Amino acid sequence: MDHRPQAWGRPRDDVYGAYDGSYLNHGGPKNATQSPVVTGTSVIALKFKDGVVMAADNLASYGSLARFTDVKRLHTFHNTTILGYGGDVSDMQFLSRLILQIELHQDYELEQLPDIKAQRGQEVMQANNLFTFLKKQMYHCRNHFDPLWNQILIAGFDDERKPFLSSVDLRGTSFSAPSLATGFGAALAQPIMRKYADTEEQAAKLTREEAVEIVKECMKVLFYRDARSLDRYSIAVVTKDGIDLKENEQLEKQSWAFAERIKGYGTQTV
Amino acid sequence: MTSIGTGYDLGNSIFSPDGRNFQVEYAAKAVENGGTSIGIRCKDGVVLAVEKIITSKLLKPGANKRIATVDKHMGVVYSGMVPDGRQFIDRARDEARSWRDTFKTPIPTADLASRMGGYLQAYTLYQQVRPFGITAIVGGFDSELELPVDGQVGSGPSCGAGGKDSTKKHGGPFLYMIEPSGLYWGYYGAATGKGRQAAKAELEKLDFSEEGISLEQAVKEAARIIYVAHDDSKDKEFELEMSWISGADGPTKGRHMEVPKELREEAERLAKKAVADDDSDEEEEKEGEKMEE
Repeated sequence: MDHRPQAWGRPRDDVYGAYDGSYLNHGGPKNATQSPVVTGTSVIALKFKDGVVMAADNLASYGSLARFTDVKRLHTFHNTTILGYGGDVSDMQFLSRLILQIELHQDYELEQLPDIKAQRGQEVMQANNLFTFLKKQMYHCRNHFDPLWNQILIAGFDDERKPFLSSVDLRGTSFSAPSLATGFGAALAQPIMRKYADTEEQAAKLTREEAVEIVKECMKVLFYRDARSLDRYSIAVVTKDGIDLKENEQLEKQSWAFAERIKGYGTQTV
Repeated sequence: MTSIGTGYDLGNSIFSPDGRNFQVEYAAKAVENGGTSIGIRCKDGVVLAVEKIITSKLLKPGANKRIATVDKHMGVVYSGMVPDGRQFIDRARDEARSWRDTFKTPIPTADLASRMGGYLQAYTLYQQVRPFGITAIVGGFDSELELPVDGQVGSGPSCGAGGKDSTKKHGGPFLYMIEPSGLYWGYYGAATGKGRQAAKAELEKLDFSEEGISLEQAVKEAARIIYVAHDDSKDKEFELEMSWISGADGPTKGRHMEVPKELREEAERLAKKAVADDDSDEEEEKEGEKMEE
């Protein structure tokens, strides 16, 4: 009898023959993540006069299965920045822990810099700084052929205290716009948001109420047409006073009347 | 000092015949020369305070902080050799971080005290090292709420096995003092450094029970105690540094942070007044005695 720990729980060689471990050595190159597993769908965000509003639904899908229905995909950094994650949920958790460490490290350094703390408040790192960090992190991981399978929206304020909104994806590609959307939202919500705020000037005229209304409308359209979406969602508004985050909103005033007119696929015979 | 010249005080890892480690005792002497630090654990939080002696007029006021944050909910203050204290804090931060890496949750104050106690004790065992010349006071507020683990995204199933006893209270304020020997105890009031005797006498007068002093009162008491423990004849100038930690529903929302400027200045004003009143009382008594003669 083989008493070595590595043989514990294994079929006995003298009865069943030697263990065939060949499937473990495929001989190919190292495989990192090839595709996301548990995923979140669109995140949308829109700038307005004194801040940014962002929303994402509370669903984490496992393929086409609506697996987890209370997943919070909008995270906050200090009380100044919102991060919205689309894509792989485990990679989102990894990034969330990484950012927590940065938050703690910030506090350590600030303790030794009372002047800067007094001048700029508790938080020295603004949304644009965090964005730069994430951009480099994402690009670094893709260069190691092990990307973090997310597209992230970052909203808050920049060094000039102006509203800030940017996006970074799994390849490290990044860009900014008055309105941004990830995933299906890029096709379905973006045109609606652009109708109201195509340019920075137009966005700077929007009030908070208008911006929230537009984003809610977009969430409704996304729920109508995106099969991996949910009618429960989170919405966050960042202004100079801080973040107002609501994590359990319900889509209101839905009307599925339009569905009757859709023809050409499904079980219809006509 | 009977130990001098006997040879038993030359290194760690050698006991004297009567069972003492002299190096550790000398480290405690280094602590006794440092500015006073105190910690108060009251019903709704913890206060840390230190008498920061100004060694030079060229130092910038308010700079060179002596109280440090170890994790969001935890702070450390120490008396003794400042570089040793800095090293202690670095290590404490590493411990708090590694705890988070493993368990995805903030380190409980008791566990940090245990780990740091073990760390200091290791420096009493080997010939090659000297013990830490500090006594550290660790204050923390372990959350009473059900905290999500770091990176948690959902709340999980709403029914099923839980295993939680809802009648049991979790978390709360905690205070530990760790000595150069590695010895640590939990305290309601802890004091170390130059003025520890006077500070301890004052701390013993406070009411730490559930009906006792509030966090805000504790801040004022802490300021007063530092002023009482300060010896004018030895050191002229000092700065008072204070930090506090409350629960999630308190003023710091469970975080360790510096006491706000307004409150600190108010506490300092009251402390100065209390000390001045005490002094004039003593003088009156003396004068009264003279009159009787």
